[in-house]
Amino acid sequence: MQFSERWLRSLVETDLGIEALGERLTLAGLELEAIAPVAPPFDQVVVAEIIAARRHPNADRLQLCTVRVGQGEPLAIVCGAANARPGLKTACALVGARLPGGIEIRPVQVRGVDSHGMLCSARELGLAEAAEGILELPHDAPVGVDLRAYLHLDDRIVTLKLTPNRGDCLSLTGIAREVAALTGARLQAVDCSEVSAASPVRHPVDVLAAEACPRYCGRVIRGLDAAARTPAWMAERLARSGVRCIHPVVDVTNYVLLELGQPMHAFDLGRLAGPVRVRWAQAGERLHLLNGEEIALAPDCLIIADDGGPLALAGIMGGAGSAVGEGTRDVFLEAAHFTPAAVAGRARRYGLATDSSQRFERGVDPELPRRAMERATRLILELCGGEAGPVVEAGPGVGARPPIAFRPQRAERLLGISLPEAHMLALFGRLGLAVDTGATPWQVQVPSWRFDLVREVDLIEELARLHGYERIPPRAPSAVSHMLPAHESERPLDDLKAYLSAMGYHEVITYSFISSEQHNDFTNETEPIVLRNPIASSMNVMRASLLPGLVHTLRHNLNHGQERVRLFELGRCFLGTDAAAQPLRLGGLAHGAALPEQWGMSARTVDFYDVKAELEALFWPQRPEFVPAAHPALHPGRCARLRLHGVEVGWLGSLHPRLTQKYDLGTSPVVFELQAQALIQRPLPRYAGLSRFPAVRRDLAVVVAADLPVGPILAAVRAALPALVTEFELFDVYQGQAVEPGKKSLAFRMLLQHTEKTLTDTEIDAAVAQVLDFLTRHFDARLRT
Amino acid sequence: MLPDNTEELLAAARRDFAAATSPAALDQIKARYVGKNGLLTGQLKALSALPPEARRQAGARLNAVKDEIEALLRQRREQLMAAALEQQLRQEAIDVTLPGRGQGRGGLHPVSRTLGRIERLFTSLGFAVAEGPEIETDFHNFTALNIPADHPARAMHDTFYLADGHLLRTHTSPVQVRYMQAHRPPLKIIAPGRVYRCDSDLTHTPMFHQVEGLWVDEHISFADLKGVLSEFMARFFEREDLPVRFRASFFPFTEPSAEMDIGCVICNGAGCRVCSHTGWLEVLGCGMVHPNVFAHVGIDAEVWQGFAFGLGVERLTMLRYGVDDLRLFFDNDLRFLRQFA
Repeated sequence: MQFSERWLRSLVETDLGIEALGERLTLAGLELEAIAPVAPPFDQVVVAEIIAARRHPNADRLQLCTVRVGQGEPLAIVCGAANARPGLKTACALVGARLPGGIEIRPVQVRGVDSHGMLCSARELGLAEAAEGILELPHDAPVGVDLRAYLHLDDRIVTLKLTPNRGDCLSLTGIAREVAALTGARLQAVDCSEVSAASPVRHPVDVLAAEACPRYCGRVIRGLDAAARTPAWMAERLARSGVRCIHPVVDVTNYVLLELGQPMHAFDLGRLAGPVRVRWAQAGERLHLLNGEEIALAPDCLIIADDGGPLALAGIMGGAGSAVGEGTRDVFLEAAHFTPAAVAGRARRYGLATDSSQRFERGVDPELPRRAMERATRLILELCGGEAGPVVEAGPGVGARPPIAFRPQRAERLLGISLPEAHMLALFGRLGLAVDTGATPWQVQVPSWRFDLVREVDLIEELARLHGYERIPPRAPSAVSHMLPAHESERPLDDLKAYLSAMGYHEVITYSFISSEQHNDFTNETEPIVLRNPIASSMNVMRASLLPGLVHTLRHNLNHGQERVRLFELGRCFLGTDAAAQPLRLGGLAHGAALPEQWGMSARTVDFYDVKAELEALFWPQRPEFVPAAHPALHPGRCARLRLHGVEVGWLGSLHPRLTQKYDLGTSPVVFELQAQALIQRPLPRYAGLSRFPAVRRDLAVVVAADLPVGPILAAVRAALPALVTEFELFDVYQGQAVEPGKKSLAFRMLLQHTEKTLTDTEIDAAVAQVLDFLTRHFDARLRT
Repeated sequence: MLPDNTEELLAAARRDFAAATSPAALDQIKARYVGKNGLLTGQLKALSALPPEARRQAGARLNAVKDEIEALLRQRREQLMAAALEQQLRQEAIDVTLPGRGQGRGGLHPVSRTLGRIERLFTSLGFAVAEGPEIETDFHNFTALNIPADHPARAMHDTFYLADGHLLRTHTSPVQVRYMQAHRPPLKIIAPGRVYRCDSDLTHTPMFHQVEGLWVDEHISFADLKGVLSEFMARFFEREDLPVRFRASFFPFTEPSAEMDIGCVICNGAGCRVCSHTGWLEVLGCGMVHPNVFAHVGIDAEVWQGFAFGLGVERLTMLRYGVDDLRLFFDNDLRFLRQFA
């Protein structure tokens, strides 16, 4: 909402400066967005009249003007503007004047002729971006008067940001009311008194959709003066609200919209055929709008129509066919109340956000149409002459609103302060609310323009606003306190992040949307979740994996000269729309050297086993299985699915060389993606006692087939270990000399210990033999000799 | 026979011991005096041939000499060992100024860092942390929050939609709804997470983070809201004197509603580019839970009341660490991320 400060001050008398007023409004919820002067600073520019103009003796394009500036002798001024002519009232910068852009006016000689001032264009005064010729002022402009005073150039344009609930403030009157309520300032009433009919001519109105249009006021005004022009004072106020002048009648409707908040429309009476009807559109109907577009109307569009079909999209925009124009002599004026439900959403659907739709969507005072009609009639008659007919009112009207029940103690409880009842009543009074305190609860009658107030809590908010949020003292809450549960078998996600950070990984946050192509590259979920209105085609599907974002980030960092990149991300993936189909996952990527380049360590590229160890530590004390498996984005020979307690919990592998090449990554990063839930769960520790007796180590080296995976061997042996064996670990894998081709040697470390005695050699040998026997039988292992 | 001049003997021993340059050499020399065939040992053996009186005298003298020699030996050994240790230490000395070896150090994303601080501050006051899905229903994101279809407030949210009518949550407020559907009051939660709006320019990214808060009890009032949120901001910015103000505002799901401003932490209120020369920074929206929201989740608004708030995590992060470009958070450039490790 943008308006002239002067206009506002004509409606409410307050001593507050505009900054202080803006601050007060801001705190009350009408946020001051900007205060802008209407003109840049300049001085000593006055209204002047050209009394004579003749050609400059030495220049074809210049004129030598004789200019009256009030006091003193007329001035001789050289001017290059084509529109400089005798009788023109214009702006003259006197000698000594300072104009925008640092120009100072001095007596000069222009091609041998003295010039004692400068006739100014709107552009030179900073009033417009561009201008043709010098400023043309009305004929009655008083010569010699300071131009700033004459054009009210010390006015400022105020812009307020309004919240959607305050439709009542989308007018100067509404803002003035708010200022009065907040500051106690006095309001100046706008003259909306009845204009009696000078002619009996009326145009019939038929409201066929009363639920959408409870009130419709129409009035005929005939015999308008086609030569009438919008007066400067009105043009100025409109311009400072960002509204262009179009036609005096249209300008008046726009003016009343800004002044009172009632959108109006004017039809060219001569173009109406039959009664004006307010009805829902029928399928197939079309309307040629004022803005030149033609739209197909939907059955939920409320329209104004006549015998010839649709005339206007009710409360949004008029039609081109019935519009007021140059030749219009007779008009039919409309001031109606359309309900928010009848207008909301339609404007957006057709891409037509108008001043009218903006107001009807938020709500307009239902009692306003009649008053606005009178106000507009008065202004039109003033500007254009003519004869007004009687006001035709149609529709059932808006019923009286029931009072709102209000409990003072409820307000105190919600706000957390005590408010004397007299104070509450005073605040309600400033808002124009009538309170019956004789009843319990109180009964509060709300004026028609505060249609946003319907519940008790709305009144409580008004009290808080007017009392001032700043006067509600902050309180440290005192409530019954309980400790939060601390589930020890759930590990905080922060611990996982801390571990990965310590392992050299940087956390990243990548967009949840990726391209369809990325989706197809990285996932085997065949159906991606597609956005209907993506921000870009490269971000049109929801990720089903964290890997595309990680690889994209790797690519970005390689582009910026990074050689070693370790990343992780904790975030949701999207496999469906249910909450359960949006699992939280932990993904990671390691690329480049296993360790940062440093002295005393030979450089080596990170490999599967480096990252595997990190994941094993991450899962510890749980031990997931790493099962060879196929993943569309991973190297088929270097890819494992992770399984914990028989449940699949993630993937680890080298990126598929095809993708490494496609994304130009040089070497394949090792990547992983895990279910966060699997990492969160952890068993509660249980003390198992310590043995006082010595542990014995025995090493066992066996030879097995070279292609036999080691994981299952370890798992099987561990599951079948004799009770004495407390630890069974692999410590070496060897192929080469001394091992026959097609075989490999595996060396295991065994720790044996008894809780109650020292083991004898016999017992130890038996246990080792038992393990060897197991290996032989199940894995065709032979003791390495 | 034992020479009378034990002084000479001791002097010889001193000389010999001093000449030994290692414990092993010292041991050889020691044998010459007190070993099996040592000078002193021989003399002690010869005592038995003396008459008792002379034997006693000579024995006492010899033993004194022996004690003296052993003391000399001990002393010399200690000297030698100290010297050996000294040498070992010299040899083992390293350049402690060389860089350490091993894995590098990663770090948390700055937004994550901020989320962690917010969570710690609120959990210290007893708020539990709740979560919810990011693909939401229209009901949870809008309707249940008192934003019916075609409500002008929907225009404040540029919503991403899926083909089937689901949407990407535009705020974390639907978590409130889900939590209130699943739990009865009193309720005290925060809900951090990603939210989405169809908007992308210098100051907007289509995805960002919010933290939602909700405290519902019998007497939680607007004054409590001001108390909790003012304390939070002071703690978050570690500025006990941080100015705050609450402006009236509008959110369909709270009433009274407020925007909270803090004094600009960049210019301390003097006016700068970050605060648009107002001295104030808008940091969160809040208010008392609207009775219609309670009605949607079946909570009796006559009994229960409380406040809700939603704050922008990226904004707090930018203010806290002086980051001047929102988009940096999602570029994930390591040169940026390392500054927060």
